[in-house]
Order: sequence, then C-alpha cells, then structure tokens
Amino acid sequence: MAITMLYFAWVRERIGTGEERVAPPEAVRNVADLIDWLSQQSDGHAAAFAEPARLRAAIDQTFVPLDALLGSAREVAIFPPVTGG
Amino acid sequence: MIRVSVDAAPIELGVEVAALEARGAGGVATFTGVVRTDDGVEALELEHYPGMTEAALCALAEAAIDRWHLLGVTIVHRVGKMVAGERIVFVGTAAAHRREALEACAYLIDRLKTDAPFWKREWLADGTRWVEPRGTDAEAASHWL
Repeated sequence: MAITMLYFAWVRERIGTGEERVAPPEAVRNVADLIDWLSQQSDGHAAAFAEPARLRAAIDQTFVPLDALLGSAREVAIFPPVTGG
Repeated sequence: MIRVSVDAAPIELGVEVAALEARGAGGVATFTGVVRTDDGVEALELEHYPGMTEAALCALAEAAIDRWHLLGVTIVHRVGKMVAGERIVFVGTAAAHRREALEACAYLIDRLKTDAPFWKREWLADGTRWVEPRGTDAEAASHWL
C-alpha cells in the first residue's frame, strides 16, 4: 500500500523534505504505527518524530487522532499543533 | 455566501468590508489579526497545507452560517512572510442583526486558530523559531462546542 506523506513546519525541516511516497508493511495499522515505522527510516525522521505527543495528523486532508486507522488512506500528513490566525 | 481566500497578497480591508456590506444585511462584524511588534519579532512567516486549509475554512464558514443564519462570511488568511503591522487574517460576517454577526465573527476566529492547518514562524534578529500553540486558544475554541 503506497501512501503519500506530507510534512509541515519543523517536522518538514527535521525530515528534510515536505513530501515522500512510502510503502509501509502490513503491520502498520494506524498513524502511531506509521510514525514508529518512519522513525526508523532516517536520522531526520527519528528527530522529527522523537516526541509523538507534539505531533498531529491528517488522513486525506481531515484531522485525525494518532490512533486513527490508516484504512485505505492515500495521503497522510504529520505536523506540529496548528498556530494560525 | 462564502468567500475563503488563502493568499500571499496583502489583505485589502476596504474591499473585503464593502463586499460584506453589499450583502444587504443589517449588520457586519469584522476581526483583523495584525503582526505584533513584541519580543524582538521582525517578521512572521505563515505556512499552510494547500487544499486542506481552504476546505477547513469553508467548513467553518458553513458551520457559522447554519448556526447564526448569516448572509455572508469572508475568511481571508495571508501566507508567506509579513512584517510587523501587516494584516495576517481577516474574518467578516454579515447578518440581519448585530448579535448574530458579532458572535459568528468571534466563533470563526476562535475556531480558525485550532481547526485550520497553518503554522507560524517568527523571524528574529538572530534566527527563526516556530510558534508554539497557546492553551488559551484551545479553551477559546472549545467554548463554542
């Protein structure tokens, strides 16, 4: 299952890219699993995802909690808490 | 009628207010957010999630129209880099009476802070730093649930 990952703000900076395609294994069921798996991909990913409590997520452009199942997600975004306005 | 815009161009206050007044409502309420000059911040940079941002703002506007029977909602959010004194965000509502317009305007800016994917970065004399969310923002947004 291929997923387009999007990263924003300091998550993007630590990983070194704002977008990548990934193909996680079957065992990756929810967003938290995906973050764990991605953390093993590079030092940048590990640095960006070191504190999951500081991360927020969206699946196919809808905010979700980190325990949300990926299901047939095509686009998953990981980012810090939002600070607009 | 909803107008949502996420753009790097400066926000034209007079144009936005005039468009809301032209809706024929009895009252128009507006909120303007401006880049602060405190803490040695020289500029502010806004990043967003293209596509999701516009959808999130439209969803907020629709929720406000349903709740307060508005005749018009405008949400304009600037992105990119801006200096102290420049407008970051404009929220305007048009309704038959003042209470609906004022309440809906407050609701929209409170919810925008927690429900739309924007991230602020401050530019200082010696570097940049990402802005951390304030707990009071989440409290203000949850007040409307």
